[in-house]
Amino acid sequence: MARVELPRSFTLKVAEQNGVYASLKKGLTQHKPDEIIQLVKASGLRGRGGAGFPTGGKWGFVPKNIDKPRYVVCNADESEPGTFKDRIILERDPHLLIEGCVLTAYAVDSHQVYIYIRGEYGLSIQRVSDAVREAYKAGYLGKNILGSGFDCDLTVYAGAGAYICGEETGLLDSLEGKRGHPRLKPPFPAVVGLYGSPTVINNVETLASVPAIVEKGPEWFASTGVKNAAGPRIFAVSGHVNKPGLFEIEMGKVTLRELIEDHCGGMRNGRKVKAVIPGGASTPFLSADELDVTLDFDAIQAKGSFMGSTAVIVMDETTCMVHASLILTRFFAHESCGQCTPCREGTHWAETILERFEHGGARQEDIDILLDIAAEMGGGRTICALADGAIGPIKSTIQKWRAEYEAHVPGGCPQKGELCEVSW
Amino acid sequence: MAQLSKETQDKIRDLKDKFPARRSAVLPSLHYAQAELGYLDDATLAEVAALLDVPESMTVEVVGFYTMFDRERRGKYKLEVCRNISCALMGAKQLTKHLEKRLGIELGGTTPDGKFTLLETECLGACGYAPMLMIGPYFYENLTREKVDAIVGALAEDREPPIRPAGYPEMDGETPKPLAKASSASAEIRDRLAVSEGKSS
Repeated sequence: MARVELPRSFTLKVAEQNGVYASLKKGLTQHKPDEIIQLVKASGLRGRGGAGFPTGGKWGFVPKNIDKPRYVVCNADESEPGTFKDRIILERDPHLLIEGCVLTAYAVDSHQVYIYIRGEYGLSIQRVSDAVREAYKAGYLGKNILGSGFDCDLTVYAGAGAYICGEETGLLDSLEGKRGHPRLKPPFPAVVGLYGSPTVINNVETLASVPAIVEKGPEWFASTGVKNAAGPRIFAVSGHVNKPGLFEIEMGKVTLRELIEDHCGGMRNGRKVKAVIPGGASTPFLSADELDVTLDFDAIQAKGSFMGSTAVIVMDETTCMVHASLILTRFFAHESCGQCTPCREGTHWAETILERFEHGGARQEDIDILLDIAAEMGGGRTICALADGAIGPIKSTIQKWRAEYEAHVPGGCPQKGELCEVSW
Repeated sequence: MAQLSKETQDKIRDLKDKFPARRSAVLPSLHYAQAELGYLDDATLAEVAALLDVPESMTVEVVGFYTMFDRERRGKYKLEVCRNISCALMGAKQLTKHLEKRLGIELGGTTPDGKFTLLETECLGACGYAPMLMIGPYFYENLTREKVDAIVGALAEDREPPIRPAGYPEMDGETPKPLAKASSASAEIRDRLAVSEGKSS
């Protein structure tokens, strides 16, 4: 991430001067496509978008010797609440992303890459588009890249405002010009993806990790981080800390408490932590007594939550957990694509009930009704994972702060509708 | 029925065969149409479909699904306040209330002079720099009352806001394209919609 601090880091000139595209040269000239897949497999790289699927494994599912084009799609639809890590790569290091995309295309024998960027990221769209233009001119895209004989085209595609297009098959439908409706799996995109063809779809940070693996070797990558959580990762911290922002750290080496205290300068106004969402809005809340968890997939999962998109949202002791749950549930209700009844109806009714807690009229039994709705929504009853994500905040806040829900019955929020104390 | 300029029509026609499936051209085309007209009415949806030679249902189907497409005319400056959790923790609601009071409109409303429309939006990926406000293509982050007043005060007189939008640090020596010159809130800055840059095989 050091490069992003440089002036005009998004230009080809600065990127090249600081090492970008060296790895592409090495990859295309010294490795066969299959070897790149092997390198990525050996590195232990897992997807940085949220699900954490092994990247090399995903690439390995792409069928060979099939009479169809193969596509590489970069998921730059960053819209999981709390997440703002890909934006810095798109805005300030777009050439690194292009390099990762071309290496990936080479590995899976694809000649066409699409970068799908959420429409609201205006500057990202502009910077990546400018970088693509420069890369074509310099011969990093197009025909016979760097004299290797490998051809690769790249197209930037702007979304138009829909969280669900971050779900990989929803994204593919959107890229095909339709509503972003997630698809039933199997078949997985690696076999039947964009335009019915085999497709590798990876997150921005994942693809941007590929050049370093090719350059420095999989051993280097695997030696950073811990078992099952290799490599550095960008944590995006927001909420009630003194210094919110982006922090690139090795997974498994830092605890949530250290992230807050050492990297983020502690809590605002000297207040205490009440709750932390560790991996974006879809991941269950952790409470103040769970802060000694190390930041890696397995450790956080052992606490009943997920590392997700490494979006850490910190809430202080003045924060109303019912209100926080309402904000997130309202979001999921708004973003449910509507295909599956448990999700479409469940998020809507959960929001309605949480409104009652917030504004008055909730009954004691509504707490269990919420848990009931959550139970009916989750566990594989829907096409995609949106519903499973949506129940995380509801279930975890009731489990950990049930008394707070009870205090909202029947008169509404004791804090009179304020989420927390703010000095604004 | 032609409402779109020749230039926009040409841009849309150019997208026709850019992708392996014609339909992929629908979203970028709607972006172009909205950039020119500010919103997408039924006639425009029909025109875009005709230009692409696809059934009208293909434009109608997506327009309601994606929140960036407007079905009605908005103010020249569309103020969109993120209401999601990280921004809410840092005062997004207070920011919205302040704007309601200052502009004399309720959330969702447009000022009588047609200048401002105030809306809330879901997470825009500026969580560490909360609270924030999107105006056209630009993000304004780490907002205080003073900053918001300075931005809105300038735009009310069609002057450039004295505060730089996010992503344009002084060190890059890049000046963001002027916001106050944009003809409508979502016409914004045409360059922003450099959709479909690059080639497609």
